[in-house]
Amino acid sequence: MLPSTFEYVAPTSLDEALQALVAGAGDAKIMSGGQSLLPMMKLRLASPGTIIDLNGIAGLDTLEEVDGMLHIGALVRHGEIERSELIRDRYPMMRDASLHLADPLIRNRGTFCGSLAHGDPAGDWATVAATLGAEIHAVGPDGAVVHSAIDFQTSMFETQLGSDQILVEVRIPAPKPGQGSAYLKIERKVGDYAAAAVGVMIVVDGGTITEASIGLTNVGPLTIHAADAAASLVGKSIDDAAAFEEAGRLAMEISEPSSDLRGPEEYKRDLVRVLTKRALRTAGARAQGKEA
Amino acid sequence: MSDKMIVKATVNGEECEALVEPRTLLVHMIRESLHLTGTHIGCDTTSCGACTVLLDGKPVKSCTILAVQANGREIATVEGLETAAGLSVVQEGFKEEHGLHCGYCTPGMMMTVTALLEENPDPTEDEIRKAISGNLCRCTGYVNIIKAVQYAAGKKEGAAA
Repeated sequence: MLPSTFEYVAPTSLDEALQALVAGAGDAKIMSGGQSLLPMMKLRLASPGTIIDLNGIAGLDTLEEVDGMLHIGALVRHGEIERSELIRDRYPMMRDASLHLADPLIRNRGTFCGSLAHGDPAGDWATVAATLGAEIHAVGPDGAVVHSAIDFQTSMFETQLGSDQILVEVRIPAPKPGQGSAYLKIERKVGDYAAAAVGVMIVVDGGTITEASIGLTNVGPLTIHAADAAASLVGKSIDDAAAFEEAGRLAMEISEPSSDLRGPEEYKRDLVRVLTKRALRTAGARAQGKEA
Repeated sequence: MSDKMIVKATVNGEECEALVEPRTLLVHMIRESLHLTGTHIGCDTTSCGACTVLLDGKPVKSCTILAVQANGREIATVEGLETAAGLSVVQEGFKEEHGLHCGYCTPGMMMTVTALLEENPDPTEDEIRKAISGNLCRCTGYVNIIKAVQYAAGKKEGAAA
């Protein structure tokens, strides 16, 4: 299968890329890893007139902490996140997600930022980015634009990214003292979307949860931010099993899965309840320096 | 709109050149322009890994990369595994342990495993299983494939010692 014909542009600077994007007048698409875009083009679900390939632009492969923020450049592949010691030591939720995202071959090519820009409603990174309070940095003809990950996605394959904007970097706040996080995903097989997945971030101070954030993947039209479930944990002890149970129940209540090949609705709701509890236990152990 | 473009890449250590449309997939350039037909097309939908090649040393699906994106890069295909000294340890492992049945997934499987052993010369069974989880064998010959990888790892270690 071949995509329909397009013009291929390989800029070596962001300025050039932006010029090509503006010249493309809404019919141009940015490609980083291309692991979602190219399959859609082969199936003719997308037929952009111009492809602007970011791979030749230097400086977009940053994966480091700078001034209290983790910077993830537009060309950072999933596999680099998976293999990064910084990510393993400081951002365990990201490492968890990277290990169960697509398959190892796709992870060598696909990018974190591209995944967010693609706006797949079942994408794992969208949940991770929202749960960790990420900022999405783009450039457009009028300069830099910052979007918040939590409301970045607006509908299926639609985001706040303007058609004349390029997502160049995602920044994630560095973990606070006592922060723990986890991402748990149930998938039928390698490379599948989640039947359900849950991302959890908590901050623990002296045995008490002072901050919490919970995101749910593929159990609703878009990533679900389980704000009530997260709020219910604040002020609770890290050893309070009943509080975890309650958070799981609240997360389950806000989920709106539909029955499909990955399972019936009731099963998925229960997955949300159980995964939330388990992710909280893992995040709690990590927050206390005990790897679970 | 879509004039043909020249792609210059190093393929199995040799400088190669091809004239392709921008929409040409890397696997088609490898098979049809460079006539290296060892790289297979399986599902054509980014699912099976039969088309796996190494792009700058990393295993990727050549049906999901544009040929023009290989410009200036290094590609390794199954044809490059054998050297004047004979089969690579990975090829030898697949031969000795019957790591293939119909053989369709084998080129991709061997490229993934070659990259694995470069990065991790002594993988555990679990690490092998995870590494090949993007390469499907529909004969379900995974048991012997894992043995083949273990054979290659042992042989490689022996050679290094």
